[in-house]
Amino acid sequence: MCNCFNPEIETASREYLRAVQSAGLIKMVYNCYNNVPFYKQKFDEAGIKPQDIRTVDDIGKLPFTVKQDLRDNYPFGLFAVPKEKLVRIHASSGTTGKQTVVGYTAGDIKCWSEGAARAIAAAGGTKSDTIHVSYGYGLFTGGLGLHYGAEMLGAVVIPVSSGNTARQVQILQDFGSNILCCTPSYAMFIGETLREMGVDPKTLPLRAGIFGAEPWSENMRKEIEKSLAITAYDIYGLSEIAGPGVAYECSEQAGMHICEDFFYPEVIDPDTLEPLPDGTYGELVFTCIGKEALPLVRYRTRDISALSHETCACGRTLVRMQKPRGRTDDMLIIRGVNVFPSQVEHVILSLGMEPNYQIVVERVNNLDTMTVQIEMSETLFSDSVRRIEETERKICGALQSTLGVSTAVHLVEPHTLPRSEGKAVRVIDKRKI
Amino acid sequence: MPIKQISIFVENKPGRLALITSIIARHNIDIRALSIADTTDYGILRLIVNNPDNAVSALKDEGMTVSATEVLGIAIPDVPGGFASAIRALSDADISVEYAYAFISPEKGSAYVIIRVEDIEAASKALLGSGIKLIEQSEIFH
Repeated sequence: MCNCFNPEIETASREYLRAVQSAGLIKMVYNCYNNVPFYKQKFDEAGIKPQDIRTVDDIGKLPFTVKQDLRDNYPFGLFAVPKEKLVRIHASSGTTGKQTVVGYTAGDIKCWSEGAARAIAAAGGTKSDTIHVSYGYGLFTGGLGLHYGAEMLGAVVIPVSSGNTARQVQILQDFGSNILCCTPSYAMFIGETLREMGVDPKTLPLRAGIFGAEPWSENMRKEIEKSLAITAYDIYGLSEIAGPGVAYECSEQAGMHICEDFFYPEVIDPDTLEPLPDGTYGELVFTCIGKEALPLVRYRTRDISALSHETCACGRTLVRMQKPRGRTDDMLIIRGVNVFPSQVEHVILSLGMEPNYQIVVERVNNLDTMTVQIEMSETLFSDSVRRIEETERKICGALQSTLGVSTAVHLVEPHTLPRSEGKAVRVIDKRKI
Repeated sequence: MPIKQISIFVENKPGRLALITSIIARHNIDIRALSIADTTDYGILRLIVNNPDNAVSALKDEGMTVSATEVLGIAIPDVPGGFASAIRALSDADISVEYAYAFISPEKGSAYVIIRVEDIEAASKALLGSGIKLIEQSEIFH
């Protein structure tokens, strides 16, 4: 059963897709060369002219882009359009205090929203449905991404955002939500809350869920499906490329279809940078052939995945990616928020403390918890419990404001955290996804 | 006049307190009074010892987190109301007590109390003004 929002593209022949992609790539390359000084320089250094790109097969000639490039050009240095053409700004965590900033034209929002609309349709959503969006609304692309996708589909959107679980349940019951969109761990939490409140999920009009923004396993999918009496679908995205909806799962639940007409995917060996064949796991790379404001070229996502160009049993011909299986860097996802250990280090150093710390991540009652263990030192110590607690609160406050997620602080004896010869083990991740 | 108390950070793990007290014993340091402030994750061990400077360096050498704090010592009559009048003297002068702990004095009929306050000078004045006796380090250890 296809459930395609855009069957013309979603079931197009590979030749048609190639033609669309080649046209998009050429347009993008001229846009980058003419309007983004960073890309003009990179292309010139590599001896590439826009005319050298004639089809998608020439994509290997183009240079890669990495997150550091966005940081180095903070905030708007990589935008290809003037401010008058921008309609939206979003941001996500960077590895230090600075955020990664992304921008959109009206056309970009349309592409992104279509990706999300395709995702909702693939999950069985129609214009007669009520879409319950419990991803966070704000600079994070989750909430608004699914929201605009649902509106494009013509469905009813309830912009619930995250938190206030009792109210989430009340809305599920009273407003008749049909499709729930949130992080998988939050879905588990809502399931538990239903159980505690004695609500039988089978009595709810809820049929499906679209879950992403953090890694989750097949086991977790089965648990969510049982706990909420729904079919649970995966969704993938990142703000640098657009937001949720870059790829989405269909009823076959055998990989996520990539909106390759907007975001051209490759999988590369992160060491040699050579493209890898279908089925081989490597680093996922996207080229934003459908975007105008921030048309990133061969952006290395640091997510590890594999591609498959075989036609799916659902009828879609769009290439599929496997669920990301880890990262090539040390980024953590805590309750849907990107956190880098280096951010923690940055906060500790900025408070004038020694960076003798370790981050412990656990899952308690289906929600991620993060504890930063810090070694006690002369500067931190005080004779009074009250003053030590004040210091702990100050550290927590600084971490919360930089990381965007609340953490606990645990003071330990000096010289008890492991020191290492090479890269310090900064993170103990006890979650079993 | 103020007494030097040492404070040691103790993580809430089995064996930490035993380790700290054994270091003190090994360096022949005599403890006269002690108190432990406890929280969920850690405690602060406060000690009145005969040689606070030695104790601080011995503990630091072994990697402990230690600090020295000035506290007040008072001698009060060992009868009901003895402690209350000292506290009233401080409260009347608007001085808050952060913490306090008591121990036996070598003199019969009196008790010693260690008090931590924000402003030692003001507290000393208030106590002496009410006829409360302040004690010195040397009086604790003969």
